Amino acid sequence: MLQPNLTILVIDENAIRASIIEEGLREAGHDRVTVIHEVNGVARIIETLKPDVIIIDLENPNRDMMEHLFQLTRTVSRPIAMFVDRSDTASIEAAVEAGVSAYIVDGLKKERVKPILDMAVSRFNAFSRLQRELADARSALEERKVIERAKGILMKMRGLSEEDAFALLRQTAMNEKKKMSEIAQSVVTAAGLLM
Amino acid sequence: MSITQRNGSLGAPALVTQEGSRVLRAGFIPLVDASVLIAAAEFGFARKEGLTLELVKDVSWANVRDRLAFRQFDIAHMLSPMPVASMLGLGSNPSPTITPFSLGKGGNAITLSTRLFGRMQEVASLSDQASALDNAKALAAVLAEMRDAGEMPPTFGMTYPFSSHNYEFRYWLAAGGIDPDRDVKMVVVPPPLTSDALAAGAIDGFCVGAPWNMVASERGVGRIVAAKQDIWPSAPEKVIGMRPEWAEAHPETVSRLIVALDAAARWCDDPANHDGLAEVLATDRFIGAPVDIIRHVLAGEFSLDAQGHRRVIDRYFTFHGDMANYPRPSQALWIYAQMIRWGQTGFSDKGQASAAAAYRPDLYRNAIGLPDSVGQDDFRVEGSLETDAFMDGFIFNPAAIEDYANAFPVRSHLAQRASSADTDT
Repeated sequence: MLQPNLTILVIDENAIRASIIEEGLREAGHDRVTVIHEVNGVARIIETLKPDVIIIDLENPNRDMMEHLFQLTRTVSRPIAMFVDRSDTASIEAAVEAGVSAYIVDGLKKERVKPILDMAVSRFNAFSRLQRELADARSALEERKVIERAKGILMKMRGLSEEDAFALLRQTAMNEKKKMSEIAQSVVTAAGLLM
Repeated sequence: MSITQRNGSLGAPALVTQEGSRVLRAGFIPLVDASVLIAAAEFGFARKEGLTLELVKDVSWANVRDRLAFRQFDIAHMLSPMPVASMLGLGSNPSPTITPFSLGKGGNAITLSTRLFGRMQEVASLSDQASALDNAKALAAVLAEMRDAGEMPPTFGMTYPFSSHNYEFRYWLAAGGIDPDRDVKMVVVPPPLTSDALAAGAIDGFCVGAPWNMVASERGVGRIVAAKQDIWPSAPEKVIGMRPEWAEAHPETVSRLIVALDAAARWCDDPANHDGLAEVLATDRFIGAPVDIIRHVLAGEFSLDAQGHRRVIDRYFTFHGDMANYPRPSQALWIYAQMIRWGQTGFSDKGQASAAAAYRPDLYRNAIGLPDSVGQDDFRVEGSLETDAFMDGFIFNPAAIEDYANAFPVRSHLAQRASSADTDT
């Protein structure tokens, strides 16, 4: 069962995502992993590294450069084909959906590569989720800030307690079927105009 | 007569519904040669045919190819050699692709760094009216000088191994006596990065589509030395690619799409519409380049450099006229011949049939209502007319592809080796 470990090259301009993938690969027992963030000199790296698998994100405009490189593989290195099993359209579609593309040395057994691709896809998806959550958290923070400011304005202008100011905002939001942060924003904007 | 037509167009949407969604997702790369597709979506031509085009901007041709293959796109703006390469099984993810519609002719140019062009002027005392061939020969003289002095050969950028840019750049270099695989280094640079790469000295020249040549010349970092028209006026540029099984399953949708694109192409050809088109193209949703440059590009008003040398190229873009939308199989075979010439593939009867099958004029004729007799010209001899000549005077006979590819004095060493091996046996 002992097989030499695969050499994997990860090309991703996004350093955080690249490190998430690298970590996943190492956890899965791959210790021959190289990560690069830019494609300058990639031809030389591929030549010396001779990777079995290359993972590159679909948002990278330099994919066309890689295609050219593989056209020259007669001189650079061995032929490389994209995706292991072309009949497995579901997992290929999942990869494209997630934004992952992979180049794999021709003839490599698919059982050896599929777990790597599956891992890359799930980590790409996890990263997108993380980004989405981060964006949500950021906007939640913004919303809380504007509610705090609106509350302060109401307390000052209408002499309300903090609790009553909050209740007023909430009640108005319910009456107008809007988000509390939207009502708060109107209060802040109106106060800016009036004061 | 008009009543029958109206009945026809009222009845048809039901058919489209039978074929599923009328929303087509179309991938494109931000280039002026995507104009017809963009105009069809933005100026009502698709809607008139009961279609909605959902345009998705992408960053690489490899992505466009893969997203079409894996059904994220229904149709895509593609380089004219891409369906040919796909049908031949070339490239890293070949998946059958056909084109029933060509997006027009023109739009490419070759730009060299002002420094390299300066040396060409010194060596060959080029006049301002120097032809594309004069320029290629002057570059050959500079390269000889560089070799003697032990200088590094220049690096030239193009867009994709199976691109009109790759074949046109090679054609131009070879016509001047330059071997693109030996005398220079060819690399791929994404089009929007070409001007910066030239300014930074990462490359010494490039061949890409509009507006990037003009962006570099207006910045004063490059000099345009040849336009696509100078190399071969009839050369196809971009096409609409689709999966053959999708086209078969959606004949009515394909037909309506062709009608919509054809009307949009006619509209794009009219200079009166260029201001409106330029404004839409210039936005970030599409190309994201200065509207002035796009307007000049559409008019074929070329700034050759930043010193005010100008050249007006008549019909720099042909979106519709001269049967520009007709996907003529002889063009696909010319592309196949260039692939053989440069060692990307070898000649075979099977290859010839696959390459020709990438272009589907039958779908275009049926949709537009052209008589089948138009197809008599599908395998015409190319470049034999004075107005349609190749820059080196060669003539392409699609019935003798191998002879044509082997006749060029400059061609790939790999191709030469392959053909000499054939004759040995």
